[in-house]
Amino acid sequence: MSQRPSDALLIWTLRTCAVTAGVIVVFIALFLVQESLPALRSVGLLRFFTDSSWHPAENLYNLTPMLLGTLFAMVGSVLIATPLGILSAIFVNYYAPPKIAQSYRGVLGLLAGIPSVVYGFWGLVVLVPLIGELEPPGPSLLAGILILSIMILPTIALVADSSIGSVPKEYMTSAASLGLSRWTAIRRIILPSAKSGLFTGTILETGRAIGETMAVLMVCGNVVQIPKSLFEPVRTLTANIALEMAYALGDHRSALFVSGLLLMLIIVCLILAAEWISRGRIYA
Amino acid sequence: MNVLLNRSGAVYEGAQEYEERDMSLTQISTRDLNLYYGNKPAFKGVNLSIKPGSITAVVGPSGCGKSSFLLSLNRLAELIPGCTVSGSVRVGEHDIFDPETDLISLRLSIGMIFQKPNPFPLSVKENIALPLKEHGTVGKNEIDSKVEKVLKEVGLWDEVRDRLNSPALSLSGGQQQRLCIARTLALEPKVLLLDEPCSALDPLSSSVVEDLITELRGKYTIIIVTHNLPQARRIADYVAFFWMQDNAGALIEYGATKQIFNEPENELTEAYIKGARG
Amino acid sequence: MREALKLKGIRMRNSKRERWPKVVVWSAAILISTVFFLILSSIVWHGIGQISWEFITAAPENAGRAGGIGPILVSTGLILGVAIAVALPIGLGTAILLSEFTPRESIFGTMVRRSLDILAGVPSIVFGLFGFVLFSNILGLGFSILSGGLTLACMVLPILIRSTEEGFRSATEEYRISAASVGLSKTTTIFRILLPAAAPGLSVGLILGVGRAIAETAALLYTSGYVDRMPTSLLDSGRALSIHIFDLSMNVAGGNEKAYASALVLVSILVVINIVSFYISNNWLRRRITII
Repeated sequence: MSQRPSDALLIWTLRTCAVTAGVIVVFIALFLVQESLPALRSVGLLRFFTDSSWHPAENLYNLTPMLLGTLFAMVGSVLIATPLGILSAIFVNYYAPPKIAQSYRGVLGLLAGIPSVVYGFWGLVVLVPLIGELEPPGPSLLAGILILSIMILPTIALVADSSIGSVPKEYMTSAASLGLSRWTAIRRIILPSAKSGLFTGTILETGRAIGETMAVLMVCGNVVQIPKSLFEPVRTLTANIALEMAYALGDHRSALFVSGLLLMLIIVCLILAAEWISRGRIYA
Repeated sequence: MNVLLNRSGAVYEGAQEYEERDMSLTQISTRDLNLYYGNKPAFKGVNLSIKPGSITAVVGPSGCGKSSFLLSLNRLAELIPGCTVSGSVRVGEHDIFDPETDLISLRLSIGMIFQKPNPFPLSVKENIALPLKEHGTVGKNEIDSKVEKVLKEVGLWDEVRDRLNSPALSLSGGQQQRLCIARTLALEPKVLLLDEPCSALDPLSSSVVEDLITELRGKYTIIIVTHNLPQARRIADYVAFFWMQDNAGALIEYGATKQIFNEPENELTEAYIKGARG
Repeated sequence: MREALKLKGIRMRNSKRERWPKVVVWSAAILISTVFFLILSSIVWHGIGQISWEFITAAPENAGRAGGIGPILVSTGLILGVAIAVALPIGLGTAILLSEFTPRESIFGTMVRRSLDILAGVPSIVFGLFGFVLFSNILGLGFSILSGGLTLACMVLPILIRSTEEGFRSATEEYRISAASVGLSKTTTIFRILLPAAAPGLSVGLILGVGRAIAETAALLYTSGYVDRMPTSLLDSGRALSIHIFDLSMNVAGGNEKAYASALVLVSILVVINIVSFYISNNWLRRRITII
């Protein structure tokens, strides 16, 4: 097939665009690795987990407390937000009157777009003092979990909504014609059919909970420690980068890039897992 | 084939069932039944009395409200957003639009089969067992024997006995449709509503399902929507003919199959029968 | 023999079985609505009193405790402008290539799509690190509106490309065939026929991208910086609205009131963006239905 010159030019321009868009991720990975190398060389991977604490000024680089902080906040928020999000999707699809469902969806769409800094700010001025009255100091793992749950909920709810919405409508009709109750139909037929979409959504949300910076930075108290209760302050990996990047130099700066690299690796694994599930390989 | 061999016996058994069952409760009659989607009427003013234990075919061109008519008989129509039904449907002595009607009992006694086979994404067995469990059958043996009984009734047992636990969606279209019928029969309905049950199937499966429906004559009151006039002629005792009038579906003529096909009273019926013939 | 059927009277077993799920589902929906109503209403409640023309235009004083957010809005706008000016052509080009010239299964297309999927999930603080190294340090742009805008451009690319690609794919096949049948070149087909047809998808993508960019904070901490003066060039550091809220609430004692007001402004902008994109995609859907 012969091509017109103008078409050839166009295609090459477009290819350049696509390559540019495609290599950004590679660049990000490369820069993270390059900036992490000094610390990985001089400190070594092992010491990021075995050092006695995180005191970069004293050449101590234990990332475990931050890693656990991220993990706890993520697990807590996903445990709260996932059931609520799925219930909310069931609500809009099968329980809400059409008008309410429509506006409810609209509001969720809006909430999904509200900046994390706004949620963080609200958490800081309203939630943290409330928790502080319950059990001082206030800025705590609990505050982080709650704010993260609120933040990721709208997206979980929307993803669950779309995967439940894509289950064939006939299932509900035939269930009704067999006299099955609405709840039985949802529990035994609808949710299992929407399973892979729900899993994908949850995994992507997990990624978001891990990567979130501002909201947790504002409400978690940012003390480097392994929390012994929900009411103790914690510091997450992301907050650590945001807090210390401003003055970090040398190995310290490089160590922050190591934690960035770690975040990136976790996210890539989650995204690949989500893709794997959404292609249905697990549930084929 | 099983189904064919047993035919005479089945008719006899069916007649017996007919005596045993309290068929007064399956007398379905509609008065001034209308159904609207939003402001658009699907059908208007349908008055029809269905003879218990018979097979009634509802025929007519597409879009004249035949399927909507079926959906209004077991109140499934109200699951469709924007759909309103008015008029009355009596099942036996009872008005189904009475606010005290228990929808679940209603739908248990009026089973429905859809155009497209729609087994649940569960195993073959679980498709039948799930509704049974929901309605209080709990014993494992009881469920197993019931599953076997209804699968035999629809002539599917020999085909699926070795894969009761494989996904229902792996069956062929005709098998899926018979599974759906089995699933409905397991609940011991009095009435079966069939919405073009053969039209999505290949000719072979279609004739198997058709034979099955004739098997069920006498045991159940059957109302079947079909586009296939020869089929209506083969299986139905009575025929109800729907046509578009004033932008809404309407019941034009109702009568015994022979009468409708040989000496229709209404010109529209005659034209439709002839047109479809010629 | 089964008992004669009873249609009358609600059977307790079934209604009980339905009641609890109904209560749980409705409570979840009400809980969610209440929480979000509380958040939004507290921001409106505290913020609305301070919104004035003065607040929108004046420069912040006393580290933001007094004055307004004029220069901050200008910086935010400039950062967004840079981000869109860079992301739009690249995104549009990629979307056209992916939808018009690349078969779904091709290796190149798959690789680009997968890389964009991952890009969409990269935490914003990692974007911040990347922008800090590449734009601020290596390219020598320092803390500037330009580095911030370029970083955000990378962030919004995935969402922009995906929604534009959808727009192109939904422009019907007939357009393509009839254009080819009258012998139009691909270039003409794309720019004169498909682009107008895909415009709504593109604008929704653009709006969502702006929404994502304007909500971003962490990626800007170490790229566009904190300086709250009126920027005089793209190489000046400029403080984005979201950074302003962060700074007022975390680093400035007594900054909460102005933080509320800034948050209200930010949320209002996002509400407008949301309504516009909702309106476009809805109208677009309706139009496509009438075409069919």
